[in-house]
Amino acid sequence: MNYTFHWRPAFRALPDMLWGALVTLEVAVLSMVLGVFFAVLLALASGSRFRALRAFATSWVELARNTPALFQIYMAYFGLGSLGIYLDSFPALLAGITFNNAGYLAETFRGGLRAVPPTQVRAARSLGMGPVQAFRLIVLPQMFRVVFHPLTNQMVWAILMTSLGVVVGLNNDLTGVTQDLNVKSFRSFEFFAIAAVIYYLIAKFVTGSARLMAWRLFRY
Amino acid sequence: MFDTSLFETSFTLSDLWFMLKGAGVTLSITFWAVLGGTLLGLLFGLARASVPWWLNAPIGFVLDIFRSVPLIIQFVLANSFKSIVGLNVSAFTVGCAVLAVYTAAFCTEIVRAGILAVPATTRRAARSLGMSWRQDLTSIVFPIALRVALPNWIGLTLGVMKDTALVLWIGIVELLRSSQIIVTRIQEPLFVLSIAGLIYFLMSFPIARLGARLEKRWREND
Repeated sequence: MNYTFHWRPAFRALPDMLWGALVTLEVAVLSMVLGVFFAVLLALASGSRFRALRAFATSWVELARNTPALFQIYMAYFGLGSLGIYLDSFPALLAGITFNNAGYLAETFRGGLRAVPPTQVRAARSLGMGPVQAFRLIVLPQMFRVVFHPLTNQMVWAILMTSLGVVVGLNNDLTGVTQDLNVKSFRSFEFFAIAAVIYYLIAKFVTGSARLMAWRLFRY
Repeated sequence: MFDTSLFETSFTLSDLWFMLKGAGVTLSITFWAVLGGTLLGLLFGLARASVPWWLNAPIGFVLDIFRSVPLIIQFVLANSFKSIVGLNVSAFTVGCAVLAVYTAAFCTEIVRAGILAVPATTRRAARSLGMSWRQDLTSIVFPIALRVALPNWIGLTLGVMKDTALVLWIGIVELLRSSQIIVTRIQEPLFVLSIAGLIYFLMSFPIARLGARLEKRWREND
C-alpha cells in the first residue's frame, strides 16, 4: 500500500461541503412537502368513485414503487425532453424524488386512513361534531400517529436519494460539491469519507429529533 | 410539440438485445448481493437476537452506518479504497460486495425481528420438552420466524434490485446505463427510457404482488 492519506485539503473544504449539505436538506424537505401533498391526493384518488382517478393513482403508485429512483430522476431529466420539457438538474432531481416519495407515502396514508374505523366518525358525528370537526379532532390525530414513523423513514430515504442528483449533473448539493472537489484533486476517498460522515449525522439528526417528537406527541 | 417524428424510431432489435443484456447484469448483481447479504444477515440477525447487549450494540451501530449513508457514496468509497490498497478486483465484484453488505444491514433487522416475533414462552416450552438449542432453532424458531420475515425479505430483494441501478456510477453497464448509451446514440430518451422502465417493472411487479399475497394469506391464517 503506497498511498498517503491527505486529510488536510478535505477538512479545508468542509465549509463548502456544509453549504452543499444545506442544498441537500433543501431538496429533501421540498420533496417531502410536495410528496406528502401528492400522496394525500393519491390516497384520496385511490378510494374514489371514478375509475379513471383510481387507475391514475394505481399507476403512479406502482410505477414509483417498482422502478428505481434513479430511473425516475432520469425520466424527469432526459425523458421529458422528448415532450419539449427541459428540466435543469435541480428541478429534475426534485421532481424524481417527489414522484418517488408520493408513491410510497400514498400507501402509508391509505393505511393511515384505514386505521381509523368509520364507526368512530359516526360516533363523533352523533355527538354533534361537524364533518370537519370530526376529521380534525378524531381522524387526523389517530392517523398522524400511524403515519408518523413511516413519514420520518421516508424523510431519511429522501435525504439519501438526493445524492443521486450528481448523476444528472447537480453540482451544488453535498454529493455534487464532493464530486467537484474530487475531480479537482483526485482525493476521492478522503472527500467522500467526510461526505459520508455528514450524511450519517444528518440522518441521525432526523431520526433522533423524530424520536424526541414522537415521545412528546404520542404519550398518553 | 407532438410532431409525427415522435412515432418513428431508429430503435433496433439489437438495441433491445443490448438492453436485455443490461437487465441480465442487473439480475446477476442482484443475485450475488442478495445471496451474500442474506447469509450475512442470517448470521448477524441470529447474533443480534441472542448475544448480550454489550455485543449487540456495536453490531447494531456498525450495520446502521450502512443504512444511513447514501449507497452511491458507499460505491465510490469502496471503489477508491480498492485502488488504495491495490486490490485487483473488477468493478462488478466491488458493486456486488458493497450491495451485499448493504443488503446484510437490512436483512439483519428482518431476521432479528422474525426471531424476536417468536414468543419466549414457545421457545422455553420447546427447551423443556427436551429439545436442544439447535433443535429449538431449526424446528421451532425458524418456521415461525419465516412467516414474519419472508414478505419483508421479498421487499428487500426488490429494493436491492432497484438499487443496482446506482452501480452505473462506478462504470458497470447494467440496464439503466445501457439504455442511456442507446439514448446518446439515437436521441430518443423518452422512448428508450420507457422500455427500460417497462423491463424494471416486469422484473419487480409480479414478485411484489406475490409478496403482498403471501403476507395477506399468512396473516389470515394466524
